[in-house]
Amino acid sequence: MFDALTDKLNAAFRRLGSHGSITEKDLDEAMREVRLALLEADVNFKVARQFIADVRERALGAQVLQSVTPVQQIIAIVHDALVAVLGGEQAPLAKASTPPTVIMLAGLKGSGKTTTAAKLALHLRKQNERVALIAADPYRVAGEAQLASLGKQLDLPVYGMEGEKQPAIAAKRGIALAARAGMTAVIVDTAGRSQSDPEMMAEIVAIRDAVQPQEVLLVLDAMTGQEAVNAATEFNAALTLSGFILTKMDGDARGGAALSIRSVTGLPIKFVGAGEKVDALEAFHPDRFASRILGMGDVVSLVEKAQQSIGEAEMQRMEQRVRSQKFDMQDFLDQYQNLKKMGSMSSLLGMLPGISALKGKLNVDEIDDTFFKRSEAIMLSMTQEERRSPQIISGSRRRRIALGSGATLQEVNQLLNQFTQVQKMMKMMSSGKLPGMPGMKIPGFGR
Amino acid sequence: MRFFRSSRAGVDPISGEQARAAEEDVRRTVSATERTRRGWFGRMSGVFSRSSIDDELWDELEEILLGADTGLATAEHILNQLRERASAGQLRDPDAVKQALKELLVDLLKGQESHGGKLWSASAGADPPPPPAIILVVGVNGVGKTTSIAKLAHKYVQDGARVMLAAGDTFRAAAIDQLREWGARVGAEVIAQGPNSDPGAVTFDALTAADARGADVLIIDTAGRLHTKFNLMEELRKLRRVIERKYPDAPHEVLLVLDATTGQNGLAQARTFAGIIGVTSILLTKLDGTSKGGIVFAVTDELGIPVRFVGTGETVDDLAPFVPEDFVDALFAE
Repeated sequence: MFDALTDKLNAAFRRLGSHGSITEKDLDEAMREVRLALLEADVNFKVARQFIADVRERALGAQVLQSVTPVQQIIAIVHDALVAVLGGEQAPLAKASTPPTVIMLAGLKGSGKTTTAAKLALHLRKQNERVALIAADPYRVAGEAQLASLGKQLDLPVYGMEGEKQPAIAAKRGIALAARAGMTAVIVDTAGRSQSDPEMMAEIVAIRDAVQPQEVLLVLDAMTGQEAVNAATEFNAALTLSGFILTKMDGDARGGAALSIRSVTGLPIKFVGAGEKVDALEAFHPDRFASRILGMGDVVSLVEKAQQSIGEAEMQRMEQRVRSQKFDMQDFLDQYQNLKKMGSMSSLLGMLPGISALKGKLNVDEIDDTFFKRSEAIMLSMTQEERRSPQIISGSRRRRIALGSGATLQEVNQLLNQFTQVQKMMKMMSSGKLPGMPGMKIPGFGR
Repeated sequence: MRFFRSSRAGVDPISGEQARAAEEDVRRTVSATERTRRGWFGRMSGVFSRSSIDDELWDELEEILLGADTGLATAEHILNQLRERASAGQLRDPDAVKQALKELLVDLLKGQESHGGKLWSASAGADPPPPPAIILVVGVNGVGKTTSIAKLAHKYVQDGARVMLAAGDTFRAAAIDQLREWGARVGAEVIAQGPNSDPGAVTFDALTAADARGADVLIIDTAGRLHTKFNLMEELRKLRRVIERKYPDAPHEVLLVLDATTGQNGLAQARTFAGIIGVTSILLTKLDGTSKGGIVFAVTDELGIPVRFVGTGETVDDLAPFVPEDFVDALFAE
């Protein structure tokens, strides 16, 4: 996944570069790599084929082959084409002329409908709607308890099945009660079902007819494979969807399903769910998505990952330390430990764009975490006083630290030198003298 | 397959009841993969009715494999082997390609049968661990862990085992209620604490209770977690340590539940879970509704973790042992 596309394209073009000019055949080779990237992201294979044909045509039209930087040009074309396919305006939710607005959620089992219902409810409440949840799922063991518990947690009214076996009837009654209670929006949570189950599909059509929704949204797991297109087309055929919500985007699924369903149905992706917390519902960003599908570096995600694992408060505290030039060994240790929380070094580097270009000089895959563990051990063998004022670390202290951490004296010296360098860099950064890092926002390294 | 190898109740593991059950399992696999056959291999037979082996045949085969979520690496791996044999003159017509493909797919799945944990691998029968058999069940959100646990517990209870369930999913709203309800339905005792309690503590309680009350099997539920969440994955490590402290050779199986509709991310899931807590077996769910199932080939090909069970439907009976021949045969059945 690590800069996969760029690497492969570079390799493909390097081979040609040695023969002088680049031919159409080389372009085809490159297109093959793009196709792989799409397939690895779970883009539907038919959609991928069509997409490649379109991009190829554009690339020939744009005379990419005559350009000095064909790889960059092709990636730009592919990226733009993806954004175009995914893109358009952010589609807002429809509203009923007489409240309550009815939003119905449908989806496969385990796609995250109930969690999404709660997230959507909070989203609407922020827009001053009075929101209620309506349960239309008679099957799930303790499903109603789940919704009730979410409702309680979020202080949302929940209208349950109340012993009614027919979800259509229960939902209609729930909406009537919600309307009487002055609700302006209701979210109907239906049971998970497979589009290949005719009885269950008939049931959900009955629910739709009973509740007359303004929005019918298909909730789809970002990790879904080729099945995504089948689900989207068949749910759309049965229910006439108004859009999609893509869930579990906080994982590392590249979410090619998004491209496929959008391209097959023409319907907008309205939201993405990214996180277990109930406020983790976001508008959909086509450009970030395009980078993600191609396996290109994604600085935005890196920052988000940092925020998630380190926490905003800790990041601000660290930034404060850097700015006030008080960055000491304890902060250095904290940084190490924060980085560790975010995952392995190579996976983090993989998120930085342009790292692949450095690969020759810096073998990223070989940066393993032992080096970091060792440094951490050395720092942990220091006393707190030593970490707060490293300048007091004398020769005998160094020997003690080396013994305590099982490192050699050289390694201890190395780490101390490294720290001095970092401290210098921090000072330059906080006074804005460090060139070459415009707009980069890395935790604790200033803005 | 024998679900249960170390009963204190001394139940004969292969009874007439189970022979019938085995037949029933085959029927379930066949019907669960019916859509797969219609979708996947329905197209497949179209491919094989060509008169000769040509480039188009290979292209179509590749698309069929990709369309079934095998992933490109696995698809190419399989097709390259077939291509080699075809160019060596061993495969003369499309029908021979079909036979060879079938064999390759079976071999790929069977290659991993002897791997796995101390309960379900082929070699485990000779030397079963003393009870309680401890099974840790893990997976990402929404794959069907809790339902799968109920099905597994049901099988064991049917075998005469005393089954205990640990409600280790203390995070998801009402997960504990759900497990309690399932426990009552299938006749398994559920050890639980309140919502948001420490899963390590729940597990410790359950281990103590399983020991004190002479349980044959303890199945530990865990909260669904995306494999990219560092802290949650570390929590699993801790859970494993809690188990190991009491039973050094346990958990006897770490069962990863995978959703059959999952695409290439299924590999990343399996890879990460395996790296962190050592997955020994895979249970594939939602095979009832999907036309795919190809993730099975990708996971076994790349990671060598055997698939042991398939979830084939909604009721507690809808769990079948995964038998590679049956699975592939069912895919090819006309």
